[in-house]
Amino acid sequence: MKTENPKAWFFVLPVLLLVAFNALVPIMTVVNYSVQETFGNNVFFWQGLDWFEQILRSDRFHAALGRQFLFTFLILIIEVPLGIIIALSMPRQGFWVPICLVTMALPMLIPWNVVGAMWNIFTLPDIGLLGYLMNHTLGINYDMTQNPFAAWVTIITMDVWHWTSLVVLLSYAGLVSIPDAYYQAAKIDGASPWKVFRYIQLPKMKTVLTIAILLRFMDSFNIYTEPFVLTGGGPGNSTTLLSIDLVKIALGQFDLGPAAAMSLIYFAITLLVSWLFYTLMTKDDEQ
Amino acid sequence: MVLELKEATKVVRGITHIKPTSLKLEPGHFNVLLGQTGSGKTSLIKLMAGLDPLASGQIFLDGQDVSALSTQKRNISLVHQFFVNYPHMTVFENIASPLRVAGMAKSELEARVQEAADILQLGPMLKRRPQELSGGQQQRCALARAIAKESRAVFLDEPLANLDYKLREELREQLPELFAGRGAVVVYATSEPEEALLLGGKTALMDDGVVTQFGTTSDIYRKPENLTAARVFSDPPINSAQIVKSGQTAKMETGVSWDLDGAAANLPDGPYIVAVRPHHVTPFSVSASDVAMDGTVLVTELSGSESSAHFQLGGDGWVSLAHGVHPYEIGENHRFFMDPSKAFYFAPDGRLVA
Repeated sequence: MKTENPKAWFFVLPVLLLVAFNALVPIMTVVNYSVQETFGNNVFFWQGLDWFEQILRSDRFHAALGRQFLFTFLILIIEVPLGIIIALSMPRQGFWVPICLVTMALPMLIPWNVVGAMWNIFTLPDIGLLGYLMNHTLGINYDMTQNPFAAWVTIITMDVWHWTSLVVLLSYAGLVSIPDAYYQAAKIDGASPWKVFRYIQLPKMKTVLTIAILLRFMDSFNIYTEPFVLTGGGPGNSTTLLSIDLVKIALGQFDLGPAAAMSLIYFAITLLVSWLFYTLMTKDDEQ
Repeated sequence: MVLELKEATKVVRGITHIKPTSLKLEPGHFNVLLGQTGSGKTSLIKLMAGLDPLASGQIFLDGQDVSALSTQKRNISLVHQFFVNYPHMTVFENIASPLRVAGMAKSELEARVQEAADILQLGPMLKRRPQELSGGQQQRCALARAIAKESRAVFLDEPLANLDYKLREELREQLPELFAGRGAVVVYATSEPEEALLLGGKTALMDDGVVTQFGTTSDIYRKPENLTAARVFSDPPINSAQIVKSGQTAKMETGVSWDLDGAAANLPDGPYIVAVRPHHVTPFSVSASDVAMDGTVLVTELSGSESSAHFQLGGDGWVSLAHGVHPYEIGENHRFFMDPSKAFYFAPDGRLVA
């Protein structure tokens, strides 16, 4: 028989308070804005779900959301396989291990706005090293400030440079935890390198890869700083991702109601996709 | 199918793990590699399996030089001391994995897996994952994989070491019949002399990275070539003491002496080493020819059917192992009896002389 002790709730209380102040209270203020029209001097008018309807029906939101999904999709299909390939080719032991690990970790240690600024300067067609080389030495027309395609190539490349390491390091951690005995067993079974990857390395990496993909999804879906510094959402609106659009609405136009509604929709989408992905990936293990 | 090593060596970063070793292993019986931990059993198996490269020498499988052939192409099986199964696959898929790699047809594959599973009593577990099995079942799954494959050589690297006593006995009884009639060379590594004797066949004694003696298990047990071989093939370790032979008499440093007969009597006078297995040293006299010796009891162990006593005899620690329950007291001076007809005599350099 289970005995219940009501005192147990006291032990949960600190966590509840922390979560309340950390997450619930800020979210509730956003909810508060999203259902009202806000004027100065704390004057509010009830709007119901009008703002939500307006956002969900707006072409501007659809376009930004589309760009956001495209961006996240592109960086995921590049960074995940690339990260796995790099992790597989890294040495398991010896002198080069710490050097590889530190080199891999470096891009992640750079502050996000610095990454944006670095790539901005690097790719400027007149003074940037890459921009100058492309345009003047190789004769390829490349200008991320004018050409939307060049701008996309640049933000994708920047994100791949910045964040592939995360996938590499997590995959590597999964790989080194595989005991030699499995590789030996596979050799004895006569397995080819592809089979070893498919049936030993990949399953062993599954957990860390799930985490890696989840983190990369959330971070890339919420990305703001780097593209803001690099392209500022341009040229035109071509690289205006959701968060950049949100900031334009909230701080540029000071439309607090629609901005709050958009934040909640944005949050809901991130949460939903993460939850769906995580549930799908971990479903097998629970059986 | 014959597995043959010719002067095979293994060197890792300048350190010799396996000294030049020549062996000819045949099917039809167990080939036991017997040696203490660190004697090179696993190293030798990895060498034969092709998991580690040869530094020099050659390995032949059925006359074919496989020295440079990769493990994948040697068609062999290996069962580890640790239970190695693919954790995300079912038992069925685990047993089937080498067959799948070989591209076997579905119907034949299923029949082979079913047969191996039946032999090892895994029939009802085929849909489970390895971590849902007990230790003994996990190891049986690994064994089933080795059997289903019908490989040219099967290496069993202390496969029972991590099982509990009962399972170990049960599986050990089954092992010889599992591989009987399959035509594969079976190599079984163990550190327990008892296992070598129970599994029979041939035994290769290993010590410090080299096979010191190879032959029929019972021959080796009866005639260890040297003191090291005698020590490896005895559990508890064989008792030994320095003696001096003069005329027909052997005399220990402690003063214990006895008359020599047979081959030992014809040896030239001088220093020798006598060695006697623990069960030939008893706390009671068996025959009139037994040699009495007094020692200080250090440690005693009772297992119900047997009692053992470790005692100090001059400068050497000796062990007595006798049937029945014998009361000892730690620290007491106890009289033990040695059967001199069962004694081995070694030259000071360790060679068996009588």
